[in-house]
Amino acid sequence: MHEKRKPTRDSKIYGGAGAPIQHDSAHKHVAGEAIYIDDMPEPQGTLHVYFGLSQRAHARVLRLDLSAITQAPGVVGVLTSADITGSNDISPVGLGDEPLFATDEVMFHGQPLFAVVAKTRHAARRACALARVEYADLPAKLDVAAARAAGGETVVEPLRLVRGDATRALKEAPHRVQASMKIGGQDHFYLEGHIALAIPGEDQDVTVYSSTQHPSEVQHMVAHVLGIESHSVTVEVRRMGGGFGGKETQSNLFAAICALAARKYGVAVKCRPDRDDDMIMTGKRHDFVVDYEVGFDEQGRIQGVHFVFAARCGYSADLSGPVTDRALFHCDNAYFYPDVRAVSQPLRTHSVSNTAFRGFGGPQGMVAAERLIEEIAFALQKDPLEIRKANFYGTDSRNVTPYHQSISDNILPELVGQLEKSADYGTRRTAIRAFNAANPIIKRGIALTPVKFGISFTATWYNQGGALVHIYTDGSIQVNHGGTEMGQGLYQKVAQVVATTFEVDIDQIRITPTNTGKVPNTSATAASSGTDINAFAAHNAAMKLKNRLSEFAARMWNVEPHEIVFSGGQISAGAQTIGFAALVKAAYMARIQLSATGFYKTPNIHWDRAAGKGHPFYYFAYGAAMAEVVVDTLTGEYKVERVDILHDVGRSINPAIDRGQVEGGFIQGMGWLTTEELWWDDKGRLRTHAPSTYKIPVASDLPRIFNVELVEGSENREATILKSKAVGEPPLMLGMSVLHALSDAIASVGDYQICPRLDPPATPEAVLAAIERLRK
Amino acid sequence: MRHKLRFYFGNELHELDSCAPTLTLLDWLRLEMAKTGTKEGCAEGDCGACTIVVGRLEAGRLTYRALNACILFLPTLDGCQILSVEHLKAGRTLHPVQQALVDFHGSQCGFCTPGIVMSLFALWLNQSNPDIGRIEDVLAGNLCRCTGYRPIIDAAMSLRANPDRDLDPWLRDHADMQSKLLALADDETLSLQSAEGRFLSPATLPDLARLVLQEPQAILVAGATDVGLWVTKGMQQPNVVIALNRVEALTQIHASAQETSFGAMVPLTKLRDVMGAMHPQIDELLRRFGSEQVRNSGTIGGNIANGSPIGDLPPVLIAMNARVVLQRGETERSLPLEAFFLDYKKQDRQQGEFVTRIIVPGLAPQSLFHVSKITKRMDEDISAVCGAFWLELRDGRVLAARLAFGGMAAVPKRAAKAEAALVGEIWSHAAAQAAAHALDLDFSPLDDWRASAAYRRQVAANLLKRLAFETLQPEIQSRTIALGVAHA
Repeated sequence: MHEKRKPTRDSKIYGGAGAPIQHDSAHKHVAGEAIYIDDMPEPQGTLHVYFGLSQRAHARVLRLDLSAITQAPGVVGVLTSADITGSNDISPVGLGDEPLFATDEVMFHGQPLFAVVAKTRHAARRACALARVEYADLPAKLDVAAARAAGGETVVEPLRLVRGDATRALKEAPHRVQASMKIGGQDHFYLEGHIALAIPGEDQDVTVYSSTQHPSEVQHMVAHVLGIESHSVTVEVRRMGGGFGGKETQSNLFAAICALAARKYGVAVKCRPDRDDDMIMTGKRHDFVVDYEVGFDEQGRIQGVHFVFAARCGYSADLSGPVTDRALFHCDNAYFYPDVRAVSQPLRTHSVSNTAFRGFGGPQGMVAAERLIEEIAFALQKDPLEIRKANFYGTDSRNVTPYHQSISDNILPELVGQLEKSADYGTRRTAIRAFNAANPIIKRGIALTPVKFGISFTATWYNQGGALVHIYTDGSIQVNHGGTEMGQGLYQKVAQVVATTFEVDIDQIRITPTNTGKVPNTSATAASSGTDINAFAAHNAAMKLKNRLSEFAARMWNVEPHEIVFSGGQISAGAQTIGFAALVKAAYMARIQLSATGFYKTPNIHWDRAAGKGHPFYYFAYGAAMAEVVVDTLTGEYKVERVDILHDVGRSINPAIDRGQVEGGFIQGMGWLTTEELWWDDKGRLRTHAPSTYKIPVASDLPRIFNVELVEGSENREATILKSKAVGEPPLMLGMSVLHALSDAIASVGDYQICPRLDPPATPEAVLAAIERLRK
Repeated sequence: MRHKLRFYFGNELHELDSCAPTLTLLDWLRLEMAKTGTKEGCAEGDCGACTIVVGRLEAGRLTYRALNACILFLPTLDGCQILSVEHLKAGRTLHPVQQALVDFHGSQCGFCTPGIVMSLFALWLNQSNPDIGRIEDVLAGNLCRCTGYRPIIDAAMSLRANPDRDLDPWLRDHADMQSKLLALADDETLSLQSAEGRFLSPATLPDLARLVLQEPQAILVAGATDVGLWVTKGMQQPNVVIALNRVEALTQIHASAQETSFGAMVPLTKLRDVMGAMHPQIDELLRRFGSEQVRNSGTIGGNIANGSPIGDLPPVLIAMNARVVLQRGETERSLPLEAFFLDYKKQDRQQGEFVTRIIVPGLAPQSLFHVSKITKRMDEDISAVCGAFWLELRDGRVLAARLAFGGMAAVPKRAAKAEAALVGEIWSHAAAQAAAHALDLDFSPLDDWRASAAYRRQVAANLLKRLAFETLQPEIQSRTIALGVAHA
């Protein structure tokens, strides 16, 4: 091990909470020994299933002729809706609007129509092309504009957040700006695509290995599609090769088809779509059109805001309700709106059903908030940072959000001040202005943007976690919990918490694959909540066992339980000491139960959607980033040269892993706002469906100067697990600094008089288009 | 004729009597050898999760290169050594490259990691002290969605000037493996028959010429960076495949004072060494051509014979007035490259004919030369527009102009009207502007996912402005990355 085996945080153990140790699978990752589902040895006779997809965006299916497929080499059979023994429905929110197979009507280009089962994946995939389908085209609403033009049907009831009287405030404000912006979507581009392997068992049983963030939902969906009870379905997930929200609900499809085929043919069945099909078939981050109006005073203080957030949800609801809700919850980003009205429009379109993606709508809300700031800065000819500071939430006053939750933990003024100073904002901004004045072609830009992100599922019941901890008689500890590992280091952080609870080295703890048979009714590993709920549940289970061991030791030594001390792998009371393993062995002999479940539910949260009021978030995560870019005004090409980040993770359980989340989140957010462009043609076909056409950041896109710091000495003010803060999603929005630095560079072309209104993704083409607008 | 495919997997000799012509190395590793460390991320050579290292003889010397296993056909590796991530650990001890990635927290989900290990391993084998630019370049073909790359780059930087490199078993055994591969090398045509089709791999030019004539339906495969996708994405199952990569004569580079001749099978990596030295902007173009893995596979001949409207080499080669040499049977003919491209994916190539060489004239000292590649993402991206310009000046006046573009039409093409607008004029900003206007008459580019027609048109025009700034006011910065001036 590279990290020195030294004790941390007042403890004598190795790898406890606070230690910057490696990801639990680091060695296996680099050695190629980490097992993903496609790496598992296949059971004898394993068959492969592949989906046949709709070639129309919206049409009636007149004829589905699969006869040629059944004659193709290697083909065992075909599956259509007629083969479904339960419900032809995988809607994760129970709306019944998401069939496994389309029947008479296809609703997007790429929707599953049938599936081919064959002896090899190649054979199944190749045979899909032999289907003969006759369609009668129907009018297709491909995007927000078309959906609005066709009447604006929504997939769920819109949300309205209202505080004060925005209409009056806007009318009375000395300055007002009204405009509209587009915000692009994003493909998850997890490196491991979707995959599932189902193995039939006795009676109705089926075990499904699924690359999913939500094993319990996969379990329920498989049961629902098969028409069996949940107790017959076991879902296991050791690890995913990335998830980012793309495997919260989208895994259901692949798991369900495998289970269906496995039951029908009585053998194991695997499904792994090709990358292109994966990108075509599965939902993405929602693209939005945001209509905004902001009123403000001479100092740039916001007085009234009116927002309409129209989202392309796709053909079904999926998670679009809570995603568009979260866009509204974050339409303030870090700023106080005295009077505000924000409305969502979750529009039904004939496109793939958009879904969860790191930030879950929040980023789109925050991008819109930052646009308001920029508009104000240009209108008043002030530095955008000055406008940002003027509008930050207060602590005692000016601290109520559009959803009527008061903010009591705001550290942004200090955090931003610290970053502004450490990264030398003022001096560099002046130098950039001078550079731009002297350079006609190459322009530089700089921006500092804040992040405030609400932590908790807004579906309050999801804020619960479960765990199961066993101690074996050799003193080794096995932990299982409801969270899934997708690279974020959750398993290791949970293990570190348990190591600290027991005061034993982390080597003594093994986390086993997430399994619905071990911890039931789990929540999705999503909403940044993985550690908050699962580590706490594991801690609670461990505390039960620790208390049992303490009581046992107290009886053994004839002392009070509170005199028992766990430290450095030893248990002692006064002069008496025993090793952890020895104590466990003795407890076993004395018939002490060495297994316990743990449970945790997030306190103090509630939400009334109909009223648009409540306390949906337990606490907020904060951060800020400053970016400097250089832009070529002849081509729109650019480079991010330097980024400074200061982010708050509370009291970190693993600073190395947390830093990895901050850096990776930033780059992913930057990618979303810059080069990651989803492009559909006028037939509704996604044409950027592979890495050759969909461009996520590469190594050289990392700024050469990249200073990332976690806020020192921070502690969560709420009683979270060991006072840590969630870190999964919030850093993604640090990428906004790049969008605004690009905007700053572009603005130089218009002598900083005109707001560039640079809509993301800011591809070189979009940058050049903004430059040209300013030149005219 | 030899009917046995022979290669080393690690230090183990494998001899196969039969092999599907388009069986990918990745499928062989994962499905036949149950070596699952190498991952499939995209099956199109763009994400690098499947990166492996192949050792092969280049001019008799064993050379290791990182390649994408997902679009590499196993039978094209005859006479090679294949190393996958499973070969790196010594017992329970990680290779220094692996250990560095562990130490720097370089993996999160871990799925891209084996590919990154292998890219850095190839770098480790080839270079003891790479700079950060080189490290970024070898990683550009390895997508990571989790880490943001910082810890990976730090790990790579930490490996520089590492004294343990001398102890590396693959470097230590280099001479031994080289002689093993030399022992495998022969002049026999490799012919493999399988239920899926035939694979033919001649070793000499006459054998190749004969086979191409005999097998009119055969698909010719150079580096397979495009043909690989016909198989993995287009699900084509070609019945006969002729691989060109064992034909030594096609890998030769001959330079004279006036021109350089590149064999069609010169890989882009090698091409960069020679053409990059001709002009820094060519070097930059070739740095950004595909990824390291693609440059190690892809060839100059493949990039031309493929006939893509957005291939990056044709504009440069057309601007330099290169000629392409074709062979049919024993007959050779040569034509200007610009005449080779007839229409979208249609070239002036007869049945039985194949590209043997590309002859590139040198850049005269009195000429101005310029190359720009415009992409959505700076590295590892396909051009929206690629422009290559060559101007011959005398006393400040344009004597001749060759303005070649990719991405502007169905084929790589010269801008005849813009050239006409320049010839005879004093080279100036105004002349560049006039030529830029004339481009509208030359091209009506496509609207697609890489760029809109409007952007392509505007950028093409602006590239002439960039040329003017570079040559007339070199003191003004005109690129985000500092490159050599346009003077040849």
